[in-house]
Amino acid sequence: MTLDKSAIAALAKRLEQAETTRTPIIKITDEYPSLDWEDAYAIQTAIRDAKTARGVRVAGLKAGLTSKAKMKQMNVEEPVFGFLCDYGAYGDSSEIPMDRYIAPRIEAEIAFVTSRELSGPGCHIAEVLAAIDFVLPAVEVLDSRYENFRFDLISVVADNTSVAGFVTGGRPRQLAELDLPTLGLVVEKNGEIVEVGAGAAVLGHPAESVAMLANNLGRRGEVIPAGTFIMSGGITAAIGVERGDNVTVRFQDLGSLSMRFV
Amino acid sequence: MDKAQIKTFGDDLYEALVRRETIAPLTEQDPEITIDDAYQISLQMLDRRLATGERVVGKKIGVTSKVVMDMLNVDRPDFGYLTDRMMYATGAEVPLSTTLIHPRAEGEIAFVLKHDLNGPGISNADVLRATDFVLPCFEIVDSRIRDWKIKIHDTIADNASCGVVVMGANAVKPTAVDLSTCGMVVQLNGEIISTGAGAAALGSPVNCVTWLANTLGEIGIPLKAGEVILSGSLVPLQPVQVGDNMQVSVGGLGSCSVRFV
Repeated sequence: MTLDKSAIAALAKRLEQAETTRTPIIKITDEYPSLDWEDAYAIQTAIRDAKTARGVRVAGLKAGLTSKAKMKQMNVEEPVFGFLCDYGAYGDSSEIPMDRYIAPRIEAEIAFVTSRELSGPGCHIAEVLAAIDFVLPAVEVLDSRYENFRFDLISVVADNTSVAGFVTGGRPRQLAELDLPTLGLVVEKNGEIVEVGAGAAVLGHPAESVAMLANNLGRRGEVIPAGTFIMSGGITAAIGVERGDNVTVRFQDLGSLSMRFV
Repeated sequence: MDKAQIKTFGDDLYEALVRRETIAPLTEQDPEITIDDAYQISLQMLDRRLATGERVVGKKIGVTSKVVMDMLNVDRPDFGYLTDRMMYATGAEVPLSTTLIHPRAEGEIAFVLKHDLNGPGISNADVLRATDFVLPCFEIVDSRIRDWKIKIHDTIADNASCGVVVMGANAVKPTAVDLSTCGMVVQLNGEIISTGAGAAALGSPVNCVTWLANTLGEIGIPLKAGEVILSGSLVPLQPVQVGDNMQVSVGGLGSCSVRFV
């Protein structure tokens, strides 16, 4: 930790303002080059606390940077994590207003809802599997609050890992009905196939990222409460969207979901 | 291209295959070569194989992904022939050092037919009706062209760059799986190197087989009952070397593995 409470509160306010006013800012590590992971998560938590104090509900949790190849490339040993807000929730076939965002992108993911608390450190994948109530398909809407896509991982964590919204739909299933590593998905933008992938793209198994989330939270003195909606991480690369775009994601065994950007 | 030249190129490619050597791209040797010439050359190369007792057991479809189409600057797939000598079963040791030149592995879905398909006019429904079962497989592609410097004509003439095939052993009816959304996971020496889904090949592997049935139908060649049809890669090509082991798993279809020795 390199920052004091007032500096953390100030950066949290700056980032939240960037979100609510859709005005991108210069990445915060330009001003604070020695910012560390603890600072970044403390800023993210301060954003969360400010939102909940105003009546926003935390709608779930998410993991990002869950591709092993990308983690190796970025030289990190765990994904990054953030929280989802109730105002970012969209149902299947939603219209998503572009004017709420700066430059949104989407990623297709496998999401879970848990039935019991998960806590770390020491949480492992079998505990996660035992705690999954059901599995559902999801799309995350990402929107960096930093200018010109200039950011580093520390800045991204402080910016709540670019969380902007999420779409759920499709056909929820019991875990035992699915083989998550080989579960395939196809992303179509305006009828054209733009991305394909399978669950194993997320750390070999999407539930592994939930175990890492529990362990990350454990180090910060928090748990994943029972009943939490968790997005396990992008299976495909993030895809930029523009007004008028229609995105459909077809999942093996989980149905499909779609959205339009208006 | 005259018949003598077609024969010469076909013979050159066959000799390169047998000797594990490469030749200069045909598109450099004769820049005027046409797609038709290339298929004629591939038939001459095939005839040489059949003359030594090999038997045609199926066909392969190549260039099915947008990435590879863009790379080769074409808007359609190509095809080649599978012979009995190319076929291996899952778990096999493929003798890379004595049979292949500079191989690359790709994960695919194989169709095994129970009825003939005589194009043109074949639809996806006809293909599904004619399919006995599908199974995961590896196609190990290889090129008899120097440094893989291929244009579309080179790969067509060279039997669509086919090397050998490793077939899974778990047969699934095509009605039991969504072939467009089924996921694919490829591991190299225990590490996940790529994931994909059926839609990576022309939107669905079924579309690929339909394309082949109609394309070959135009020149009077049927897809025959009992044949194996490789429908095209769902993941990027992976160069392989002696000592590598690979596994491909497909959602709903099981898996297939191979070791290179």
